[in-house]
Amino acid sequence: MPHNETIHDLGLDEYKFNFVTEGKPVFEAKKGLSEEVVRQISAHKGEPEWMLDFRLKALRVYESKPMPTWGGDLRGLEAVLDEIHFYVRPQDRMGHTWDEVPQEIKDTFEKLGIPEAERKILAGVGAQYESEMVYHSLKKEWEDKGVIFDSIEDGLRKHPDLFREHFSTIIPTHDNKFAAMNSAVWSGGSFVYIPKNVKLDTPLQAYFRVNQERMGQFERTLIIVDEGANAHYIEGCTAPVYSTESFHSGVIEIVVKKNARFRYTTIQNWSNNMYNLVTQRAMVHEGGTMEWLDGNLGSKLTMKYPSCYLVGEGAHGEILSIAYAGNGQHQDTGGKVVHVAPRTTSSIVSKSISKGTGRASYRGLLKVHQGAHHARSNVECDALLINDTSRTDTYPYIEIEENDANVGHEASVSKIGEEQLFYLTSRGIREDEAMAMIVRGFIEPIAKELPLEYAVELNRLIELEMEGSVG
Amino acid sequence: MSDAPILKISGLRAKVAEEDIEILHGVDLELGKGEIHAIMGPNGSGKSTLAKALAGHPAYEVTGGSVTFRGQDLLALEAHERSRAGIFLAFQYPVEIPGVSIANFLRTAVQSHLPEGEELDIFDFAEMLTERMQLLEMDPSFAERYVNAGFSGGEKKRNEILQMAVLKPTLALMDETDSGLDIDALKIVANGVNKLLEADPEMCVLLITHYQRLLDYIKPHHVHVMVQGRIVQSGGPEVALELERDGYRAWQELEAATAGPVKA
Repeated sequence: MPHNETIHDLGLDEYKFNFVTEGKPVFEAKKGLSEEVVRQISAHKGEPEWMLDFRLKALRVYESKPMPTWGGDLRGLEAVLDEIHFYVRPQDRMGHTWDEVPQEIKDTFEKLGIPEAERKILAGVGAQYESEMVYHSLKKEWEDKGVIFDSIEDGLRKHPDLFREHFSTIIPTHDNKFAAMNSAVWSGGSFVYIPKNVKLDTPLQAYFRVNQERMGQFERTLIIVDEGANAHYIEGCTAPVYSTESFHSGVIEIVVKKNARFRYTTIQNWSNNMYNLVTQRAMVHEGGTMEWLDGNLGSKLTMKYPSCYLVGEGAHGEILSIAYAGNGQHQDTGGKVVHVAPRTTSSIVSKSISKGTGRASYRGLLKVHQGAHHARSNVECDALLINDTSRTDTYPYIEIEENDANVGHEASVSKIGEEQLFYLTSRGIREDEAMAMIVRGFIEPIAKELPLEYAVELNRLIELEMEGSVG
Repeated sequence: MSDAPILKISGLRAKVAEEDIEILHGVDLELGKGEIHAIMGPNGSGKSTLAKALAGHPAYEVTGGSVTFRGQDLLALEAHERSRAGIFLAFQYPVEIPGVSIANFLRTAVQSHLPEGEELDIFDFAEMLTERMQLLEMDPSFAERYVNAGFSGGEKKRNEILQMAVLKPTLALMDETDSGLDIDALKIVANGVNKLLEADPEMCVLLITHYQRLLDYIKPHHVHVMVQGRIVQSGGPEVALELERDGYRAWQELEAATAGPVKA
């Protein structure tokens, strides 16, 4: 890791993913959300009738639900939604090799380092550009073992029974306003199936790129991890910086079957004009393990609480969350664990950093249902404040219906202290570098869980963000 | 020819930056090449403030006087620049830096001491660190621990001396390094400091301590007594022995008589 690099050496004085690719989409729905737009999306995808019905019902649910009044400030959102395009089709077909992807889009992903990462460390890659997956590929050895890693549209087309058995069962349409919105206009995302006892030794990755201005992205991902299987999925996301707001609202549904194990890692680094409202949930069966590793670094406002429903005996859920809120950003993140079955265990570790006028909120729900005997859970949230103007809040909700549940909760707030800074500077380390070092140390317990390439990226980002934070 | 002093402090006055409480009321001190000086004095006499002011702690503001280090105006430098110039403060109360390993911390520190554009060879560094740890009889696994996190008092002090041994300063300010050390650890630490002194004839040390004990192992050439922000007596090692015998009471009474009432 580049411990010795300083912010100045990196030469990155702005959000490095801020570049726009030229090129015209083949289709762009008119602005705003309407039945007409929903029908157009469905028609473009050549969907079965049931899916169009599903979408139209979801639209009505969306319209019937009020805007949430908790979490972040959503007062300006309705006006934003009237001005964005809910569906932008960048090209007509998806590639399975990079050569099949149009040059300018391929160049975009080259700049983001995706094909290189694919060659080096990944079992498979999906790439979404605007509203559609433009590339999807899985290494042959995994394909031969029956692993499915495809766009969500191809999942519906090629595996209709498996798709329909699970789709929208983990996150029903009426779950929340934005899950309903996604259900109406979803486009892109991954369909993943890991067969029984298949253990992937390298991760799958999906990368989401929003390129044009006034754009909404609504990917939908469905992952089924069959009994005894084991896999790791990573998603990354970036966009150029525009003066107008953009919108992203994904729905991710995961089924972890008996004794299976799955990890879902997010490195969310949207530009600071993005609303990012995501619902992600896993249903974990007997003896299964689900791990969410959730890194939220970008966006204007993120509201995201990865959740685990522990429905089988001995199921385990784990949520590791890092949030970074810089100037003008609000990260309202955390996690949710629902213990339904006996002897289920869970752990939530949340670390947030607020800098400048940034605000990081931890919002967590821990629920132990009646019948979940001997459930055990531990929640730990630590917040680090960089400046006097930074803000952090903690909203831990705990509901316990069983007497023998064993639940722990710890929270801490610290401010980078003068003594810590002096200690490091008195050894010759410059103050901004010392600041970055303290922040890196703070998130180390989570960063060390990341694949090396991502840990390096995270470190670089922190060094970059700490520039100018002194004083 | 007579050597210029390594450190020359003239009429140094300092106060707590955010309050109007002057702590150092004009301190004069000179350290020549290879010299070991001890400053002794009761609690609250300003010994630690002197060490921190010299190292550039932002909580203290120098309000008068001058300090030159190898002919350079020390007070014009920021804390990290003072370290790079060759000053090292061994802290009385080292702070914890969770999540940052000692090896990583020291590598960053050593890199920061190199000239601009020069890259530290990590294998050379690892070798040097291992050798320095052996000097202080430390287990190699110590380098992987997070800086001071969960350390005992003795481990913290030993970690300070390890940093000193790695950064090889020209001037070491040792602020109550002996407190919290048992006699075996004290001998190891003193042995380490003495080896550094042998290796670098320029290196000088300013020991801040309450007690004679440390001075049995790191032998000072000069001993100064500080009371209420002033050096009130300077002499040879015998001064420390007298203090050990008589205590500071005589000085405090004199101070009380000349400077007005002393706060309880």
